[in-house]
Amino acid sequence: MADQKTTSAMLYINGVSVSFDGFRALNNLSFSVEPGEMRAIIGPNGAGKTTMMDGVTGKTRPDTGEVVFDGGVHDLTSLDETQIAELGIGRKFQKPTVFDMHTVDDNLRLALKADRRTRGTLFWKDSSEERDRLDIILKTIRLTPSRAAVAGSLSHGQKQWLEIGMLLAQEPKLMLIDEPVAGMTDAETKQTADLLREINRDRTIVVVEHDMTFVRDLGVRVICLHEGSVLAEGTIDQVSENERVVEVYLGR
Amino acid sequence: MPVYLVALWGKYVCYALLALSIDLIWGYCGILSLGHGAFFALGGYAMGMYLMRQIGSRGVYGNPILPDFMVFLNYKALPWYWYGFDHFWFAAIMILLAPGLLAFCFGWLAFRSRVTGVYLSIITQAMTYALLLAFFRNDFGFGGNNGLTDFKDILGFNVQAQGTRLVLFSVSCIALALGFFICRAVITSKFGKVLVAIRDAESRTRFLGYRVENYKLFVFVLSACMAGVAGALYVPQVGIINPGEFAPASSIEAVIWVAVGGRGTLTGAALGALVVNYGKTYFTSGFLAPYWLFLLGALFVAVTQLLPRGIVGTWRYYMSKRREQQAADDAEAAVPPAPPPSATSLLARPAE
Ligand SMILES: Nc1ncnc2c1ncn2[C@@H]1O[C@H](COP(=O)(O)OP(=O)(O)O)[C@@H](O)[C@H]1O
Ligand SMILES: [Mg+2]
Repeated sequence: MADQKTTSAMLYINGVSVSFDGFRALNNLSFSVEPGEMRAIIGPNGAGKTTMMDGVTGKTRPDTGEVVFDGGVHDLTSLDETQIAELGIGRKFQKPTVFDMHTVDDNLRLALKADRRTRGTLFWKDSSEERDRLDIILKTIRLTPSRAAVAGSLSHGQKQWLEIGMLLAQEPKLMLIDEPVAGMTDAETKQTADLLREINRDRTIVVVEHDMTFVRDLGVRVICLHEGSVLAEGTIDQVSENERVVEVYLGR
Repeated sequence: MPVYLVALWGKYVCYALLALSIDLIWGYCGILSLGHGAFFALGGYAMGMYLMRQIGSRGVYGNPILPDFMVFLNYKALPWYWYGFDHFWFAAIMILLAPGLLAFCFGWLAFRSRVTGVYLSIITQAMTYALLLAFFRNDFGFGGNNGLTDFKDILGFNVQAQGTRLVLFSVSCIALALGFFICRAVITSKFGKVLVAIRDAESRTRFLGYRVENYKLFVFVLSACMAGVAGALYVPQVGIINPGEFAPASSIEAVIWVAVGGRGTLTGAALGALVVNYGKTYFTSGFLAPYWLFLLGALFVAVTQLLPRGIVGTWRYYMSKRREQQAADDAEAAVPPAPPPSATSLLARPAE
């Protein structure tokens, strides 16, 4: 366990390694994200970006290293998915995963910050504040006209937005967003960048994305991952001019 | 209605309640239990024990305390786990408690270690098979091979009397209705939405902060209690409970009823149980009797291949498609020009 008092970071990853059958997907990975920050993570396919998110959210347990949340208060490596979500970490998956058989409304309703215990949901009554929050989120993600449609009938881009909406509904302290603009048109991509910047006003965000235009649009600090560790860090211009980054991207 | 028909339909109604309990977990939470017959049988045995104790000294051996099979097997005293079953209230509690407790222990272990899918189905089969073997044993104290039978009274009324049979039939119908309303209340609540979320994307539900194992455990125990009540009402109407009820094949048969009626449609599950069992009675009384199991198998294959939503599921699907078509036609008639493209139609474009 790290010296818990010395970190002010929202997310502090230190020396994390994850292996799959001897293959090191994460290799002594270290970086940290400060409260209120938005951080973009780029890197070629297979660099370990998704595995990093798995390690933070409890889907995969790191072999070594520490993952510390919220100013050093919580060590995430000993917790499971539910506990980590309860602490205030929300996640959007690379492949949009929404509840296909539920309506858009119900997807958001399930995500809304509320009592998650069985007793709580069994006797749950929707409140008017909840409905108001739902309306606001629907407006933000531009899905108000489809609110009664089942999520399975949405387009790929709409599902991405719905999942971002579900993240918003959770009101997490930290949002991990994996490839949000995959399958979106240029206009949608631009809207998504605006949306994330807007959300970032009151939440810490880590976003993984390939789309350089999108990352440039975000205008935030960038980390380039390669073979499971940090290759370069800085502004998008600094990172994209870095020789090793150029090599990794063009060498493939 | 002739007496034999009352008893027959009373039996079907109990099966319908069992089907309902299976649909609650399978249709709405994706838990395919192939061992639900075990909970049904446990409820049945609890009721059977009460009925045995009511016989009193009217048995063949005339022992006021020990049931006939115990005298026959040289029992000197009533085993401790038979205590209390001379009271109906105690038996009623055990009808819920025995299946509920087994489901709790089983579910607690299985759901916490995240056993799902076909692996879970297999261990539910193993569970009911283990109980089958245990209840077959004479020294287990539940009548072994022959089970419990030769019942005389229930709450002081002759179980054979027409009036009693009518009351039992009515009580079964009330239990079915009650079971239906409980299931409905559960699945229409937010809890029920979480169940469907678990069914369709279990890991996503965890990342939203839900304790999936607790949800599964709750609904599994509720379902087992319902199956127990079904078994308890079944026993006085058929007049016997024996280890055969634990047979793995019985549990699978019950799942077929649900599939035929329509998984995830409560009315379908109940209907499926009634239809298939009616068919079973019809066929097994004629020259087709030896082929019933083949027929049942063929029915299952036919339903899963041709009617995967089941009877009620297909009906509902068809109706909703028709309504949609109707609505689309109406909208076309009312607003001739297509709606102008808006900001949202950008999002509606199918992605690559
Ligand atoms: N569960 C797993 N089992 C085996 N290998 C895996 C698993 N998850 C990821 N990997 C491997 O780890 C590497 C990193 O994957 P990933 O984190 O998905 O990359 P990225 O998201 O950066 O494209 C890949 O080579 C992938 O094949
Ligand atoms: Mg990835």
